[in-house]
Amino acid sequence: MSLALRLENLSKTFAVGKRLFGAPKGHVHAVHPVSLEVAQGETLGIVGESGCGKSTLARMLVGLLEPSGGHIEIEGQPLDNADPAVFGKRIQYVFQDPISSLNPRKTIRQIMEAPLKRLHGMGRAEREKRISEIFAQVNLREEFLERYPHEFSGGQAQRIGIARALAAEARILILDEPVSALDVSVQAQVLNLLADLKARLGLTYLFISHDLAVVEAVSDRVAVLYFGSVVEVGRAEEVFAAPRHPYTKLLAESAPVVGRALSAPEGRETELPDPLDPPKGCAFRARCPNAGARCAEEVPRLEGESGQVACFHPLR
Amino acid sequence: MSTLALLARNRLALAGLIVMGLVVVLALLTPVLPLPDPDVTNTGNRFVKPFSEGALLGTDHLGRDQLSRLMWGTRLSLAVGFAAAAIAAVLGAAVGIVAGYYGGRVDNLIMRGVDMLMAFPYILLALAIVAALGPGLLNALIAVAAVNIPFFARNIRGITVGIANKEFVDAARLAGMNDARIILGEVLPNVIPVIVIAMSTTVGWMILETAGLSFLGLGSQPPQADLGSMLGEARAALITSPHTSIVPGAMILVIVMAINLLGDGVRDALDPRLRSGALTRPMAATLVRREGPVPEPVGDDVLSLRDLQTQFHVKQRVYRAVGGVSLGVKPGECLGIIGESGSGKSVTALSVMGLVASPPGVITGGAVHYKGEDLVGAPYGRLRDLRGREVAYIFQDPLATLHPLYKVGDQLVEAIRVHHAISNKEARAKALSLLRDVRIPNPESRLDSFPHELSGGMRQRVGIAMALANDPEVIIADEPTTALDVTVQAQILSLLDTLRREKGLAIVFITHDFGVVAQLCDRVAVMYAGRIVEEGPTRALLEAPAHPYTSRLIACVPELGGGKRALHAIPGLPPAVDDLPPGCAFAPRCDKAQPACREGEIALETHGARKLRCLFPETELEGRA
Repeated sequence: MSLALRLENLSKTFAVGKRLFGAPKGHVHAVHPVSLEVAQGETLGIVGESGCGKSTLARMLVGLLEPSGGHIEIEGQPLDNADPAVFGKRIQYVFQDPISSLNPRKTIRQIMEAPLKRLHGMGRAEREKRISEIFAQVNLREEFLERYPHEFSGGQAQRIGIARALAAEARILILDEPVSALDVSVQAQVLNLLADLKARLGLTYLFISHDLAVVEAVSDRVAVLYFGSVVEVGRAEEVFAAPRHPYTKLLAESAPVVGRALSAPEGRETELPDPLDPPKGCAFRARCPNAGARCAEEVPRLEGESGQVACFHPLR
Repeated sequence: MSTLALLARNRLALAGLIVMGLVVVLALLTPVLPLPDPDVTNTGNRFVKPFSEGALLGTDHLGRDQLSRLMWGTRLSLAVGFAAAAIAAVLGAAVGIVAGYYGGRVDNLIMRGVDMLMAFPYILLALAIVAALGPGLLNALIAVAAVNIPFFARNIRGITVGIANKEFVDAARLAGMNDARIILGEVLPNVIPVIVIAMSTTVGWMILETAGLSFLGLGSQPPQADLGSMLGEARAALITSPHTSIVPGAMILVIVMAINLLGDGVRDALDPRLRSGALTRPMAATLVRREGPVPEPVGDDVLSLRDLQTQFHVKQRVYRAVGGVSLGVKPGECLGIIGESGSGKSVTALSVMGLVASPPGVITGGAVHYKGEDLVGAPYGRLRDLRGREVAYIFQDPLATLHPLYKVGDQLVEAIRVHHAISNKEARAKALSLLRDVRIPNPESRLDSFPHELSGGMRQRVGIAMALANDPEVIIADEPTTALDVTVQAQILSLLDTLRREKGLAIVFITHDFGVVAQLCDRVAVMYAGRIVEEGPTRALLEAPAHPYTSRLIACVPELGGGKRALHAIPGLPPAVDDLPPGCAFAPRCDKAQPACREGEIALETHGARKLRCLFPETELEGRA
């Protein structure tokens, strides 16, 4: 099995309180060094709560943000400079808000033609043919091509967003919360379309979401992010069913499930650590029931064979 | 509606357009009109009064024909004004777009330069520019344009910053477009309306400013006529021959008035916020226009909705957002309303206290009984008295419901003192205990926090504290946890559950999440296209949904713990509520639909504890009433 995507110690630091001259006031480590591998044809789910760095990670992977450190390798070739045009042919992005990711003043045809023209230098007739092909794949009617984005519902607009990503002919798609702006009945349509496209075109997905159940349903493996670090990686059916990291367990128990009594798994009211003043040691230890002396001293590393966990006292 | 039609609806703008059109046509026709040469002097014939033979508007101090000079002068002034506006708009917009698009240091440098330009009084700056370049109309034009560049640059930069961070710009980058293409192809088309608006409101000033420079002798040079130099030359004879001043003065007044009226009209017609009617002030309570009989209160529910109908009247269209909803909730009970966006669940909730914005919202039928009192059509004073005190709301986005400029404590104190005549100190003590009730850590210091200093979960706790401030009987919570993370959601839900049990609150909980409903609610009503399609005790309904929509909707939602799998989707889209099909609104998407489903009204029938609006249910319910 060959690798589609390999991240090695990819990290991102933002300067806070920038001044015109002189050093900034502080730094926020949005993504701590992350190493992940995604196999060809695999779906890797990434879950985490707001502020955990999942969108920053995604934007680095497509070149919209320059990494502060580390390497990105796509299908064996390194891509470290942040030039989206270089990334565009190899890895594409589907945005969370389908409507605002389409320019309101362009027709769908103009939007669809941009990647064909700029990335592949196709002529007019060729573009026409390719657009019909893609539209057939995502179940969109060609009469939509002359319309403007505001004329579409969220589900249709998200199909157009997926069609645009397919037009670049990248074989890896980063799906950043692709269904969280959609209603549940439409959400399933889009998820099934994505699964269908993946099977037919041999795509590799990185599926980012805050919805545990959705991630579990579409992913082969799941990575759990907390405070900019991957705390657990494992097979989708195991990560939430039998979590090893206390944070994953907390997430799984917090998700409302039909037929389970209401309980606040955390007795105390807790908040995320201050990113400007990160705690020493494990970032989760203040919320963790198993935290020991070592957790306050050292940052646990992601370790393990089949499933990896970054914890000194894993649950299993 | 087209921009032109919108413009024409504004009478004053239309008048401005007509006057301006006339002036422009006359100015364009000037060379072909049979007018005497404007620059030929005839000192023997000076200061002829208007309406004399051969000189309709009289002559000036050198005996030149006023009418001819006015026409040529207007032509020149307009040309200079428009040219200056165009130059300022193009350069200013270019500077603004570059600064806004690149941001960071580029932005900082450019905008500080623009600030420096703006620090000079504009006339001084223009004088300095003309002094450096020498007098002359072209230099005056350059000066006026230069002075106005900062105005455009600032305006356009602000808009560009917003657009450059939009997702479609990122998408264009990923489609291989470079910065120049993105600026021209993606950003510029979205900025052009703002440029046009800014231009339409500034052309007037520019004409005035050019006239000012000419008046001072720095613009057009003799014998060339423009409106400002005509005024300047007439100044010496202001008392003896006022007509020489009045003629160009009146023309300036007419032109600037017409342009400003037209400019305001253009701005109103183009500005999307004004266009959507967002700036029309909503009424204090929803408009009520009930036809037909008003239902009587029944049962012992603390809050009961009977056949409530709320519509939105937008132009010719009628959106039946709530098409006859009956619901009730008892003290200490939690009723869930579940539905997708557009199903009318939020409008139902807002209708209770007359909070639907009018226009366009109208309550057209039914009743809302609070302890037997009909709230629909209750006087505004009564509604205001009940809002927050008896029935309180918790909304989805606490950042949007809390005022950003007031401290959390002050907002709580205000909420308490609206309904209770107690001192500030007592109210503050109460606010503190409320924050404790909702389990905010360090409540003393949190009282003095601003909303932006709190995390989303903490803000929603403040929202709940505010809803509890006056010990209401009913709390209507509209998706209160949708914007929150799951771990925070679990905390908030268990807080609401505890509060309702401790205080005997009735909660109406609106959500789209079955998991949340299952954990919190005693009963649940499922809404589709503005109506309830199924209602019943939560557990029974979720275990054996009877309406095909309910069962399909439950199947759509992946449940945690199932591993990777295909999901069951519902084909099609929910119907638009301004064009509902006859019969069952779900029939077009339902695989069990029969011809009977598409004809006539299908009633919500009671089966014991459950209610159902379906002819061919998934499971037969017993105890048909």
